Amino acid sequence: MTDVETLHDVTVTVNGVRRTAAVPARRLLSDFLRHDLRLTGTHVGCEHGVCGACTVLVDGAPMRSCLMFAVSAQQHEITTVEGLGSSTDARVAPTGESLSPVQQAFAECHGLQCGFCTPGFLTTVTAYLEENPTPTNEEAREAISGNLCRCTGYQNIVKSVLRAAEITAERRGEAAASGGGEPA
Amino acid sequence: MKPAPFVHHAPRTVGEAAAVLGQVGHDGKVLAGGQSLVPILNMRLAAPAHLVDINGVEGLDGIVVGDEAVRVGALVRHAALARSEEAYAALPLLRQATLNVAHPAIRNRGTTVGSIAHADPAGEMPAVLALCDGVVEAVSTRGTREIGWQDFFAGPLETTLSIDELAVAVRFGRFPAGTHTAFRESARRHGDYALAGVGVRVTVADGVVTEARASFVSVTDVPSVLDLGPVLAGTEPGSTAWGVAVDAAAQAVRDHVQPESDIHATSDYRRMLVGELTRRVLDESALAAEGDR
Repeated sequence: MTDVETLHDVTVTVNGVRRTAAVPARRLLSDFLRHDLRLTGTHVGCEHGVCGACTVLVDGAPMRSCLMFAVSAQQHEITTVEGLGSSTDARVAPTGESLSPVQQAFAECHGLQCGFCTPGFLTTVTAYLEENPTPTNEEAREAISGNLCRCTGYQNIVKSVLRAAEITAERRGEAAASGGGEPA
Repeated sequence: MKPAPFVHHAPRTVGEAAAVLGQVGHDGKVLAGGQSLVPILNMRLAAPAHLVDINGVEGLDGIVVGDEAVRVGALVRHAALARSEEAYAALPLLRQATLNVAHPAIRNRGTTVGSIAHADPAGEMPAVLALCDGVVEAVSTRGTREIGWQDFFAGPLETTLSIDELAVAVRFGRFPAGTHTAFRESARRHGDYALAGVGVRVTVADGVVTEARASFVSVTDVPSVLDLGPVLAGTEPGSTAWGVAVDAAAQAVRDHVQPESDIHATSDYRRMLVGELTRRVLDESALAAEGDR
């Protein structure tokens, strides 16, 4: 074992921006985002893959950032909670809202209290609704089964998932009605 | 909760990976999906000096459906295997079982081959490999070899892979025509480690069972296949005789398994549970068999 650890230049695209930092091989992706890139929206709970707070999207698919090394994330596209709102991505916010449908739903339905687990829920649910835009109550529960919340008792989180599906559909309808967001 | 320092190797080919594994010997560990390995590293239950990260290795992410078997490469994520329509058509058990592996976020990263090489008694895919009479393909600088599932699992979390070998793929054997499968497990929270689980394959010809086998999750130290032929063969799925045979099968399973007690459940509870799960999966496979007629 060496005293000075070798540093690796890691380049990833985070929320559409290419970012590079020199880090040791053992740097977890979660710590890379928080410490090296100063994106502290991703929260670190259990650090062994149980709680889901650190969930980010890797090439659009939710993954535990505490169970990946930054060096393994090279050349991948990462979306963190910071990338969900104020989106320039027309699929997320076709009419230019600053909160994504999932964020708005969590706010409307009181889907959080302390907010520690929320970034993991938001990323997980965002990806889930892409796959299944009209979940049932049962499916919504299943979708969030990998994320722990110690405040809410989950009832309002389930409501938020269902409401997020509605908001997504509403926004898509509005965008279509206004000619895809083109000025009238 | 941070891993100890290690040297990161990023081979691009199987040959390079095998060469590195040969050089680093006992100080090395293969990193694929890392969904079991990284928690172990984070908690410093292990501190290998070298990690051989195979995520950049070419040609390991294929699912190939052949006449005899479904071959799954070492970089196929659980989610990809569950999604594969070709694999589902050839061997529905793969999707039935894979959807019980942890949570979606874990399935998106974790690999099927990695989970088999990890050999956790609570793992679903080692049990599935056994039920499918599967084979592990291993490569080292010394050559390639195939290891049948019976020779692969040496104990809990222990396999007969040599320290310099890379498991490049596994082959799940396909079943004869008329075979129906089902898989169920019970956990405190969906996606958590199962208290007990069971998969079955039931082959029906001319309306009666000709072959039946089961394998288990969390109630045996190593994957173990129980031949249920002696109690189920000759019965017609769904008939009165079938009901009696299923009772006998559940009893055979309770006699076969050797569950351990822990904080989550006692040995007796797990034994009772796996018997009940056996009853349910057998009835599910019977329903599928009746649907065939």
